[in-house]
Amino acid sequence: MALAAFALIALIALGSALGLVVKRNPIHGALFLVVNLGSIAALYLTLGAEFLAAVQVIVYAGAIMVLFIFAIMVLIPGKDETGPDPRRALRLWALPVGGVLFLQVVVLLVLFGGKPPAGEPGASGSVETVGRLLFTDYLFPFELTSVLLLAAMVGVLLLARRRA
Amino acid sequence: MVPESYYLGLSAALFAIGVVGVIVRRNPLVIFMSIELMLNAANLAFVAFGHRLGSPDGQVLVFFVLAVAAAEVAVGLAIIVAIFRLRRRLSVDDLSVMRW
Repeated sequence: MALAAFALIALIALGSALGLVVKRNPIHGALFLVVNLGSIAALYLTLGAEFLAAVQVIVYAGAIMVLFIFAIMVLIPGKDETGPDPRRALRLWALPVGGVLFLQVVVLLVLFGGKPPAGEPGASGSVETVGRLLFTDYLFPFELTSVLLLAAMVGVLLLARRRA
Repeated sequence: MVPESYYLGLSAALFAIGVVGVIVRRNPLVIFMSIELMLNAANLAFVAFGHRLGSPDGQVLVFFVLAVAAAEVAVGLAIIVAIFRLRRRLSVDDLSVMRW
């Protein structure tokens, strides 16, 4: 049962990822990416990370993808990628490079995949567990994150300002 | 119970698809979305490892990756919009203005 659910969600994730790469229209790609992010949120749920699943939907599907679609709408890139490709030879490397990366992990999995788990499986993914860890062991990186977001915000304001 | 190695295999496949997207596509927006795909593949691996080791640390790391991804998307999209204003085109092949 759990395996069937995993297989279904994994198929949806892989299909939507392929759709993102294959579809020419960026809006279609963005919608495929939303499906992909949703399916990954579902996978988080199957791994017992409820908090992360919610955060994934809110932050990724809610905030980041809205930003993407907004940018696509502003730029209206309808006519790109239609002419002849000036760097065709370079792009032929895509499949070999991707395939080698994939094979590396598959080989590692085949070699080491059967080892028994080192700890007690099934960590709790509740808000309490993750929040407690964030505010104790990971307090410094957590605060650094706020500095990072502030720096990004100021940088974006500077970039978006029209030159007077 | 689904073995965690299946999740890692799926994560590897998603990452590989993201790499192919970054190399193949010419639209910087789609390249960005492929990068998001790769970040998500890494996140999935984090959560799978955390589940296997029985520790919530992996989930905390995913939390930080999310924050970095949000900052990266904001800055990247701003750069793309600024370059579009300058060039009136949207193709990574003539983005050599970023070089100095």
